[in-house]
Amino acid sequence: MRKVGAPVLKDLFGKKRKFATVPSETLARVPASADMAKEAGTKEKEVPEGLMNKCPHCGTIHYSKDLEKNLRVCKGCQYHYAMSAPERLQSLLDEGVLTEEFDTNLITANPLDFPGYLEKIEQDKANTDLNEAVITGEGILGGNRIVIGVMDSRFRMASMGSVVGEKITRAIEQAIDRRLPFILFSASGGARMQEGILSLMQMAKTSAALSRLDRERLLFISVMTNPTYGGVSASFSSLGDYNIAEPGAMIGFAGRRVIEQTIRQELPKDFQTAEFLLKNGQLDMVVHRKDMRTTLSKLVEMHTSREGVEAWQESSPLKSH
Amino acid sequence: MAGELPFEKPLVELQDKIKELRRFTEEKGIDFSDEVQRLEQKAKDLAQQIYGNLTPWQRVQLARHPERPTTLDYIQLLFTDFIEVHGDRLFGDDHSIVGGIAKFDGHPVTVVGHQTGKDTKDNIKRNFGMAHPEGYRKALRIMQQADKFGRPIICFINTKGAYPGKSAEERGQSEAIARNLREMATFRVPIICIVIGEGGSGGALAISVGNRILMLENSWYSVIAPESAAAILWRDASLGMRAAESMKITAPDLFELGVIDGVIPEPFGGAHRDLIAQASAVKTVIAEQLEQLGHLTPDELIQDRYEKFKNIGKYATL
Ligand SMILES: [Zn+2]
Repeated sequence: MRKVGAPVLKDLFGKKRKFATVPSETLARVPASADMAKEAGTKEKEVPEGLMNKCPHCGTIHYSKDLEKNLRVCKGCQYHYAMSAPERLQSLLDEGVLTEEFDTNLITANPLDFPGYLEKIEQDKANTDLNEAVITGEGILGGNRIVIGVMDSRFRMASMGSVVGEKITRAIEQAIDRRLPFILFSASGGARMQEGILSLMQMAKTSAALSRLDRERLLFISVMTNPTYGGVSASFSSLGDYNIAEPGAMIGFAGRRVIEQTIRQELPKDFQTAEFLLKNGQLDMVVHRKDMRTTLSKLVEMHTSREGVEAWQESSPLKSH
Repeated sequence: MAGELPFEKPLVELQDKIKELRRFTEEKGIDFSDEVQRLEQKAKDLAQQIYGNLTPWQRVQLARHPERPTTLDYIQLLFTDFIEVHGDRLFGDDHSIVGGIAKFDGHPVTVVGHQTGKDTKDNIKRNFGMAHPEGYRKALRIMQQADKFGRPIICFINTKGAYPGKSAEERGQSEAIARNLREMATFRVPIICIVIGEGGSGGALAISVGNRILMLENSWYSVIAPESAAAILWRDASLGMRAAESMKITAPDLFELGVIDGVIPEPFGGAHRDLIAQASAVKTVIAEQLEQLGHLTPDELIQDRYEKFKNIGKYATL
């Protein structure tokens, strides 16, 4: 583990580098003010934003480049940092990118005329280079064609509004038309409140699309990443033929604070973690990010080879006897 | 007037005054009839002014009125031969959801609905109408049976939301709701959903994937309860009124947004003022909708439901 000491920081400060007081993941986008930069030079725990990153769980300081090479997993405690949607696709697909991206022309409207909503959308667009909180398309995984959707929590906490619901629904419809497996990486704070009831209805829309995929006997793998809550957890992300989660991902219907206020009792420390869900029978497996590509490739491969009793009989080792 | 709401106070005061004048006329033999007549007209105008211009927040209060008719009230008035069934066959019997088979106009149907309590004791038994996973799984089991036997499904929605608790999370609250959404999309029978009071988020949606969704005039249906929205948006739950006004949660709002198929009118002052009249209005609507949906084949019913939800949402294209 590389340790970053104060002298290094002072050198950087001397060169007028950008600093943030606590460049942990949650605060990574806080603009570094002149005051904060001044402060940064005096405290050992602080690291330069962009170049380095401090794990919000164990405090290990990483060079950002190393963190990227390690699929954004902390070497100290295995904490899985959030991945952007493009990073996720890069880490999974054979070519590192989609062979075809779907519905890039769908953009957010403001159905309830919610004050400030579209301004926030514009900000997130500028910060992420995305049109909305999910990327969908076709790609190759382990040599097999798949339809894939990846939510990106940098965009409005990947909450589900009309565009997210529609894009996911259309991706499922594409999977049906092309007779391909569908994989969805969810990460979401839940419903997009600024779209009110229309946001809620996206749960029914996406789930109805999955009922068609189901009827067509096509594979759906749901991968839940940190965090997967509310309307997303209570719709498509819980409906996989295989429900998978990344280690430590927080997954639930209601938020911890709401539950504590309702039941007025303390919740276990691991409450709503992926491991907690596995223990309670809600997940098939918890898969470390370094094994994700292999696990998904295998699962897809096992559902892509010729199906049914006939295929089994043809290739059965018993047949030669 | 029992259970008066704050915004009804001026009207109640006026009505009390009229009563008092009448008593005076009777007891003391002084003739106040002109004044009574004048005040009665005034009360009529005031009632029109209040109930004819209900704000979203006032509707929310009516939807939560302690005497508002519940699912079991409607079941009793709209159907005959109701046989309640129990349990999800997996964990338990959740009393915040009731359901069973009954006859509507002589034909067997399946009925499911959220059930709130009529008093504190009943409310504890019903968990204030907030279901655990076993409630949604019971509902699913009952609806799957309807699908099997070709019975139309009628759902009554009235919940603040799915129960946010430790045990609910442990038993898979998300999965229970999600599964209902997917499975309701597959049923080969007509599904009619009626929001009779509160339509709180995923807990309401879990039994609302219908071919037709209707709302009583003073019910609400929202992605989040107004107080919770206020707590998140402005960090102040007391701003529920402001949230109710801005989030478009009333029946007319949802009709305009293309989410629901119709608004069922309520008696002047709310459903609790005249349960018989309200039940009759609901009955007419169910009969109409069943008649319309009766012309669709099972496959057409599935397609109709799919398209209904596929069309909900507003976005722009580049
Ligand atoms: Zn760490």
